[in-house]
Amino acid sequence: MSAPLLATEGLTMRFGGVVAVDGVSVSVEEGELRCLIGPNGAGKSTFFRCLTGQYRPTSGRVLWRGRDVTGQDPFRLARLGIGIKTQVPALFDGLPVVEGVRLAARRLHGERESRRLADAALGRLGIAHLADRPAGLLAHGQRQLAELATVVAPRPDLVILDEPTAGMGTEETARTAGLIRELNRDHAVIVVEHDMQFIRAIARTVTVFHQGRVLMQDSADRVLSDPRVRDVYLGRAAA
Amino acid sequence: MTDAGRAGLHIAVAAALAVAAVLVLPGALELFALINATVWAAMALLALSLAFAWGAGGILCFGQTAFFGLGGYAYAVAGINFGDGALAVLPALTVATLAAAALGWVMFYGRVGDVYMGVITLTVTLILFKFANSTAGEQWRIGAAALGGFNGIPQTPPLNWPGDPANPLTPEQVFVVAVLCLFGCYAAVKLVLLTRFGRVAVAIKENELRAELLGYDVRAHRLGVFTIGGAMAGLAGVVFANCVFVSPSMFSLAYAGQVVIWVLVGGVGTYVGPMAACVALQALASWAGTVPGFDPNLLLGGVLLAAVLAVPRGLLPTAQDLLGRLRPSRRRPAEPKIAPAE
Ligand SMILES: Nc1ncnc2c1ncn2[C@@H]1O[C@H](COP(=O)(O)OP(=O)(O)OP(=O)(O)O)[C@@H](O)[C@H]1O
Ligand SMILES: [Mg+2]
Repeated sequence: MSAPLLATEGLTMRFGGVVAVDGVSVSVEEGELRCLIGPNGAGKSTFFRCLTGQYRPTSGRVLWRGRDVTGQDPFRLARLGIGIKTQVPALFDGLPVVEGVRLAARRLHGERESRRLADAALGRLGIAHLADRPAGLLAHGQRQLAELATVVAPRPDLVILDEPTAGMGTEETARTAGLIRELNRDHAVIVVEHDMQFIRAIARTVTVFHQGRVLMQDSADRVLSDPRVRDVYLGRAAA
Repeated sequence: MTDAGRAGLHIAVAAALAVAAVLVLPGALELFALINATVWAAMALLALSLAFAWGAGGILCFGQTAFFGLGGYAYAVAGINFGDGALAVLPALTVATLAAAALGWVMFYGRVGDVYMGVITLTVTLILFKFANSTAGEQWRIGAAALGGFNGIPQTPPLNWPGDPANPLTPEQVFVVAVLCLFGCYAAVKLVLLTRFGRVAVAIKENELRAELLGYDVRAHRLGVFTIGGAMAGLAGVVFANCVFVSPSMFSLAYAGQVVIWVLVGGVGTYVGPMAACVALQALASWAGTVPGFDPNLLLGGVLLAAVLAVPRGLLPTAQDLLGRLRPSRRRPAEPKIAPAE
């Protein structure tokens, strides 16, 4: 069997006394669509920061197609093919939306192709009319869409989405769900969501984080009907 | 208009101004005033160099004069040793560029924070100031060139036609060289900003994390911008050395501070603004210098205070905004077209 696209082995991230990510071992296959859920403070974003090089893990390993890439610089991990939409949208606030998306594509493609990819990404997300607006002037939901366009424009092998629909209306959320399914046709996707409706709509396998550890991992149906998961979300101590 | 079209227009206007300056001023100005104008051109180039590092790279450099002074000193030392000013230009630019690259490398790869960057660069120029001041005496010479301590190097050689050291350029010709250098660097800045490198540099200034997460090497880009800025400052030093002579004051706090003021008053993120502010403030200062009992520094401080309080974004961006408000159709993007479905 070939190595998974991405795997972690005992990944741990400590901040002083806080263990935000505690010995997490998960793997994601090529082309997989994975949901990651867990209550606030479960360590999801911190886990992603370890995967994308924003944090150097305290211990454990990150493997990309079987190769150890632990602790590499974010731009090197991005070049491997990892794209991430951060929980708080990170955009080039002073630049027109389209320029940011073009630059995203421009690293791998020529100028003409980048323009085409940028227009396509903005169109797919339904924000072509915002192309010339400075990213800093967008409403929160629009920012999410703009960042999504930026992340998917270069078509990374693995797309990580940290709460992509926060701040979006119903219609935008539905469009995003559609986009994620479409993306998943030829890209692996990891998405964090709190909206169970949304999870049910898109997910195959769901991984549940709780207090920095993997509480369980199973099909969406089984996870969402598991009493432990309900307890965790309602704030009761997990068994 | 496309970005390239706009840059082309700006460069064309600058070219026209440069040609006009070159054709008119040498005939119209007294020798003293012409040399003064050359100094202002050198200073405007220095302002441009910081405007680029700060505006395009978001690098707060309080010691841009370090590269200005190094360029000037290297030019003087090499010129004296070669007995040929033309041959000294390349070594001078090399020294300034390498110094900027080395300092930038330490700062960016050492992950120094923005505020510390300001402190470090200022400290570097002040150390150079101290050092240059302490080089009086016979033991401080490089080849044939005595560094001269506090007095600097009065025998700084003038430029000459390449291969013809016996024929130094006249002050008129030096002025033309200064204007050409200034125009060339302005055009270069505008063109660099159109390249992927320049656009990524600006994007990094907007959001470092996003640029990095898209796979761009933030440190390498910032180092590139800083080094280009240092090279331009070095060129400014060479031009300056040709109208005055090099002395420790090139590294001084007074100069270092003025450059920052020019960029702030002119507008960070613009290029014409800082150059114009530089010329205007120097004109103001030299006029104030002729008024008895008046301290030009006080005036400069007053202008900075007024500028920061009244037009915090700088003169040029504010002027552009006012213009934009007069012609509302230009800036406002077309209202929502129907998004093409795919
Ligand atoms: N830089 C940091 N320094 C100290 N503690 C941190 C840091 N980053 C995260 N933490 C802590 O790590 C834990 C996990 O935080 P994280 O943001 O990863 O959770 P999350 O699952 O993304 O939560 P949310 O659903 O609210 O986004 C929290 O207790 C948080 O306070
Ligand atoms: Mg989070």
